[in-house]
Amino acid sequence: MTPIIRAEALQHTYSAGTPFEKVAIDQINLDIEPGQLVGIIGHTGSGKSTFIQHLNGLLKPTSGTVYFDGEDIHRSKEATRDVRFSVGLVFQYPEYQLFEETVYKDIAFGPKNMKLSEKEVDERVKEAAHFVGLSDDLMECSPLELSGGQKRRIAIAGVIAMRPKVLILDEPTAGLDPAGCRDILQNILDYKRETESTVLLVTHSMDDAARLADRLIVFHSGHIAFDGTPPEVFSHTLELLEIGLDVPQAARIAEALRERGVKLPESIYTADQLRDAVLDAWKGAGAC
Amino acid sequence: MLKDITLGQFFPGDSITHRLDARCKLIIVVLYIAALFTANGYISYALVIAVTALMIAVSHIPLKSLVRGLKPVMVIIIITAILNLFFTTGTPLVKLGPLTLTKEGVVRAVFMVLRITLLIMGTFLLTYTTSPMALTDGMEQLFNPLKKIKVPVHEMSMMMSMALRFIPTLIEETDKIMSAQKARGADFETGNIFQRAKALLPLLVPLFVSAFRRADELATAMESRCYHGGEGRTRMKQLVWAARDTIALLLFVVFLAAVIALRHFGL
Ligand SMILES: Nc1ncnc2c1ncn2[C@@H]1O[C@H](COP(=O)(O)OP(=O)(O)O)[C@@H](O)[C@H]1O
Ligand SMILES: [Mg+2]
Repeated sequence: MTPIIRAEALQHTYSAGTPFEKVAIDQINLDIEPGQLVGIIGHTGSGKSTFIQHLNGLLKPTSGTVYFDGEDIHRSKEATRDVRFSVGLVFQYPEYQLFEETVYKDIAFGPKNMKLSEKEVDERVKEAAHFVGLSDDLMECSPLELSGGQKRRIAIAGVIAMRPKVLILDEPTAGLDPAGCRDILQNILDYKRETESTVLLVTHSMDDAARLADRLIVFHSGHIAFDGTPPEVFSHTLELLEIGLDVPQAARIAEALRERGVKLPESIYTADQLRDAVLDAWKGAGAC
Repeated sequence: MLKDITLGQFFPGDSITHRLDARCKLIIVVLYIAALFTANGYISYALVIAVTALMIAVSHIPLKSLVRGLKPVMVIIIITAILNLFFTTGTPLVKLGPLTLTKEGVVRAVFMVLRITLLIMGTFLLTYTTSPMALTDGMEQLFNPLKKIKVPVHEMSMMMSMALRFIPTLIEETDKIMSAQKARGADFETGNIFQRAKALLPLLVPLFVSAFRRADELATAMESRCYHGGEGRTRMKQLVWAARDTIALLLFVVFLAAVIALRHFGL
């Protein structure tokens, strides 16, 4: 299977040639297979946002190449513009980009730029609104009057409405209350399942990453520190903690138990796994 | 692209120029501009260029950054050059159709281009080496006497420092919103002037909304810290006039005097 997105020796320098020069990402090599949900984690300033803006051509790499479906996305101006519709990017705090008079028009902005027919646009707006759980009676409201959580949904719907093959979300739950977080993540999961698209989720929450992702990529100061399935990545509990990252609570408890001499298997990172492992260890101990 | 706007940007550093008092630098810039506009001969221009080169050298600002600052006014410089080249009467050098290139024209054009370039470089050197905070503080103190005739000096300098403070923020925000709209297929680069103006709407609306939100938040933040104008307000960072400031100022007074003298002798 050809990877849907491939990054080759990607490097990006901001403000090159000034005293503010900053290498934000360096030597990123990555293949992303279609249909996966990839979690991207790393602390603030590690280069996650810079990296994902390369995938839809918003940032041009200082050196290196990005391929979408096997083709260089910067091979022509048209290609770069087209790839924006195939790789949908939801920015961090996307609610600040809303500008239309009504919710409907704002969601329709992307599809309209794709030059779709009126009917097609309408269909996609309704579908996208449904995916993020926006009710019909909101469609004629001004987006500026709605709550933060609703605005965020509108902004996500605005990208989903383009039916991108790859959906990238930059910290979509930042600044939301727990219920709002859960809802949005559930919306994203439903969307992925129903459309079978590829999703890249940038997140701060290790618990979300552990629970949702098929694959985890850990960024650390512009490089990829770890890349693998959640069990693989979270088996490096100590290294993760060392580079200043959190690990899921279950993994931390497991590590603490191991330190106290409880024999637990490697790579425990969800509450369910921890419960089973602790029960097993308990039974084992009881048998002696 | 937007990042290339270096207007009013501060390059932190520790050179002599950086350490000079903001008031001193402001007066020096005035003296420098006066000298620049007084110079009208080869020798006086050579002197001004030499002083500018010295200023650049001691401030450790890369020449590249200064040249980049010229980019926005390139058009003005080129138009000035062309106008002076062809519309100065004097000894004809070459005839290009209806246009005549004169010897005086060439000299005038070179002088004018030099004048604009040096003017911009000199003032940019000030903003590059002085933090916006120090700059506005310096201005406020220099204009302080005007308070007597009810000029709102403090308010004006406060407004200026806020504007300077928020320029980078607004540029960053513009970049961010632009990227977000581009991600939805917005096209800011093609089309005729009307299409382009219309394409700006998705950028301008969020930008204004956020600017007003920021203004509101800032006002609240200031009021909740009991800001009530300049009356009796003290500063965390006091400007200090040191011996080096007096020396620098004297040097520039001498420089201006020299240029005036040169002009007097027609050099
Ligand atoms: N527009 C920009 N100009 C200059 N530097 C930037 C810009 N955007 C990000 N950076 C720098 O690049 C690094 C990576 O930032 P970013 O990609 O935003 O990280 P993350 O999303 O992981 O927090 C940071 O050090 C940041 O300061
Ligand atoms: Mg980020």
